[in-house]
Amino acid sequence: MIMVYCEQRNGELLNVGLELIGKAVELSKDLDGEVTAVVCGNKITQLSDKISQYGATRIIIVEHPLLEKYTVDAYTEALYQVITSENPDILLLGATLTGRELGPRLAARLRTGLTADCTNLEIDPESKLLLMTRPAFGGNLMATIICPERRPQMATIRPGVFPLPKPDTQREVEAYVFTPKLSEEDIKVKVQQIIAKVRKHKDITAEKIIVAGGRGVGSKENFELLEELAELLGGGIAGSRAAVDEGWLPKDLQVGQTGKVVRPKLYIAIGISGAIQHLAGMQESEYIIAINKDPEAPIMKIADLAIVGDWKPIVRRLIQQLKQTMNIQEEKIS
Amino acid sequence: MDYLLTKEQLLARELFREFAEKEVKPLAQKVDEDEYFPTETVEKMAEIGMMGIPFPKEVGGAGGDYLTYIIAVEEIAKYCATTAIILSAHTSLCCYPIYMWGTEHQKEKYLRPLLRGEYLGAFALTEPNAGSDAGNQQTTAKLVGDYYVLNGSKVFITNGGKADVFIVFAMTDKSKGTKGISAFIVEKGFEGFKIGKPERKLGIRGSSTTELIFEDCKVPKENLLGSEGMGFKIALQTLDGGRIGVGAQALGIAEGAIAEVLKYVKERKQFSKPIGSFQGIQWYIADMITKTEAAKLLVYNAALKKDRGILTSADAAMAKKFASDVAMEVTTQAVQIFGGYGYTKDYPVERMMRDAKITQIYEGTNEVQKMVIASHYIK
Amino acid sequence: MMSFRIIVFAKQVPDTTEVRVDPIKGTLIRDGVKSIMNPEDKNALEVALQLKDKYGAKVTVITMGPPSAEAILRESYAMGADEAVLITDPLYAGSDTWVTSMILAKAAQMMGFDLILTGRQAIDGDTAQVGIEIAEHLKIPVIAYAVDLKIEGERVIVTRELDNTYEVVSTRIPCLVTCTKELNKPRYMRVENIFGYFDRPISIFNNSVLKFDKNEVGLVGSPTKVRRTFTKGPKEQGTIFNGTADEAAELILSKLKAEKLISEQ
Repeated sequence: MIMVYCEQRNGELLNVGLELIGKAVELSKDLDGEVTAVVCGNKITQLSDKISQYGATRIIIVEHPLLEKYTVDAYTEALYQVITSENPDILLLGATLTGRELGPRLAARLRTGLTADCTNLEIDPESKLLLMTRPAFGGNLMATIICPERRPQMATIRPGVFPLPKPDTQREVEAYVFTPKLSEEDIKVKVQQIIAKVRKHKDITAEKIIVAGGRGVGSKENFELLEELAELLGGGIAGSRAAVDEGWLPKDLQVGQTGKVVRPKLYIAIGISGAIQHLAGMQESEYIIAINKDPEAPIMKIADLAIVGDWKPIVRRLIQQLKQTMNIQEEKIS
Repeated sequence: MDYLLTKEQLLARELFREFAEKEVKPLAQKVDEDEYFPTETVEKMAEIGMMGIPFPKEVGGAGGDYLTYIIAVEEIAKYCATTAIILSAHTSLCCYPIYMWGTEHQKEKYLRPLLRGEYLGAFALTEPNAGSDAGNQQTTAKLVGDYYVLNGSKVFITNGGKADVFIVFAMTDKSKGTKGISAFIVEKGFEGFKIGKPERKLGIRGSSTTELIFEDCKVPKENLLGSEGMGFKIALQTLDGGRIGVGAQALGIAEGAIAEVLKYVKERKQFSKPIGSFQGIQWYIADMITKTEAAKLLVYNAALKKDRGILTSADAAMAKKFASDVAMEVTTQAVQIFGGYGYTKDYPVERMMRDAKITQIYEGTNEVQKMVIASHYIK
Repeated sequence: MMSFRIIVFAKQVPDTTEVRVDPIKGTLIRDGVKSIMNPEDKNALEVALQLKDKYGAKVTVITMGPPSAEAILRESYAMGADEAVLITDPLYAGSDTWVTSMILAKAAQMMGFDLILTGRQAIDGDTAQVGIEIAEHLKIPVIAYAVDLKIEGERVIVTRELDNTYEVVSTRIPCLVTCTKELNKPRYMRVENIFGYFDRPISIFNNSVLKFDKNEVGLVGSPTKVRRTFTKGPKEQGTIFNGTADEAAELILSKLKAEKLISEQ
């Protein structure tokens, strides 16, 4: 039986748990077909309606007043009790920051192995073991891990790795309420204050996604489009020396030999020719997309995806499409 | 040359490399373009004991040896020649003579805070009419009551505008020629001591190089360093150590330029190939690296001999002369390899070339170094 | 303050930011990649040293690894640590996070402590599990993702960073805190700590000290095993596209999805 921990915050389910249910259903075809979704909290029985739509065969609602606010102590103990009574073969958790601290604490208490940040899961046809693949060495190496003896086989998976399944609004699954034995003394770490995060303007060397503009962008106002794109992608803007010299961007956003050297996961170069001083600042980016009118521009030769054309309509269209895609995933917590 | 280094020296080198990369490198361009004296870097060096490396802990130093200090200068110079000479002039030219010839009182009063980096040091020998002919000192010092009164001027003094403590040379007895020169410890605030404006230079532009003017400057007689007439000997022996420092600075500049070249020749493509695949370029690089290795051996040799107490003036002179010539050659060649791009300020090699030139000139021009070497062997 | 005993667990790792994949063969290039103290462990050590500066706490640095891991203990001494322990035994090679945390927990228990500090995660394994699992083995509270840390009497007050919020939490000592790089800028070694102090003793804890059954540790005792490792393969040739704006935008979007680059905020 595969158990999936569904994280909820303030009474709303995170998509990652639903994504994992989808994957679990797929994996369970090679096992006994059972997928149990587990959610912890207080006064959350109504969440079972939503969970039902995503393919689990059973739902356990773990309810207790002390689970109202997340604490690693209470949640670990509650889940420990559920797991020791249900004995799942496999346990999957979302690798959110809370998941990444809950997972190890729980795994250690269960005396079992945990594989973090998996990017792929499969069932080995012969041994029926869960094959957990994850990146190591700063992402330079991939490793496939197994947990042959101890149970459950535990894995955490980052949000967005597996697709969100299409909900079946007609589906109904019975939910079972589990009341864990918890007391105040179990909660050793007291929460004194919660502070909302204000999105700070990051230094470009810290951004994982960069949308950069060069002379081809044409004006300071045009950079607002790049800002919009960057914001949708969760990254920041930057520019070539030409853009900075023109006064379209401040110097601290300059990428290149006399600017900063960046190595983001994604670098989108818009209207940048790719002179050697600029390339020196970004050629180590993991994935490079370049949009330029000139197919022979040096940047087109190092790009993973080189788009020949006028950037403005392309970027406008891309922004539109991104907004559409993101709307579907919008019922998340803030 | 790692086989030559002790485990302490290897760990210290790690420290210097990390420090140079994180603290010195980011400021290098500003130091050059804005003629900016990197005060914050000096403070950070002081915090971790870098301003007193080769002096014993008993007098307030870090307890390291001369080679370790030379390695510090070298590692810093790879990114910034200005920062390197600030450290070198302070350590070799000001701290060293006080350590060697200072009284207990002078060491407590001046050496301890200098080694802590609380004070910055400088060395003032050169005058408008006494450059290579250093013995031709015009600045005079006359004992009047409890003070020596100094009159005259010094020129091209490194750290001049920023130092707190100066080793100043002046003529106490003109009739004795060079044996009439004495050395004094002069504080920035002494009456009659004026510091001129910083020179605007071709290279090491962030280094504060100034004139010093003494107009009836009163120096307490306890600030005489050594005894009267000992000044020239103090100057020359101090310069021996300083020359190893300049050799290390030149070595670092050359190594920094080579590192830039090695990176660039992989990136720059012409005729559909990286230029590093052309034999012409490869041969240039082979020569640059060979000469720099040779310079390294001469500089490390001088430092090791100094630690063992067997340094000769010729050893120091050879290290300084050879390393500075190599630095000039290597940096010029580096600009050539970079081509047009190397001539612009987008890349650091043009600065390295401008910085390298001074190493052939100060702390004894290379012509003077040749005189020193020859006179050691032709007796 | 009291004689506050802090243990810092540090790991020697290859500098994975310098590791490259050979563009043609697709294999890892490890030559010339230095071994360093894991960056977030250094942040943990810096917290400990600041507590030492402020309250006179005693700082012990412990690492588990092959004999070469001694280098990071020397570095710790040069930064100002009081004591250093190297846990090393061929039996421990191949230990996964569960076994490693079990071994480290036992060492901590033997040494005695008020506060344990570790980095949040190591840049080679990238699991962020060991610190938290050590706390579980020792049955002490754990606070992860610290961006700020204060001591008030017997309580440790930590500001920690979660996905969308910061939480200020507190707990009593003894406890364990995992540290992030946002916490501080670690100090440099001091030159005077390198000379004359280099031969400070490093305690070696091998299995005759820790006394584990050989089947409990190493590869043998690890619940998880590595089935295989592989690199993502050499970088493919780029694609060039020339078409309408609509098609271009669609192509970009599909590539972003395929490369899992679209993140949700």
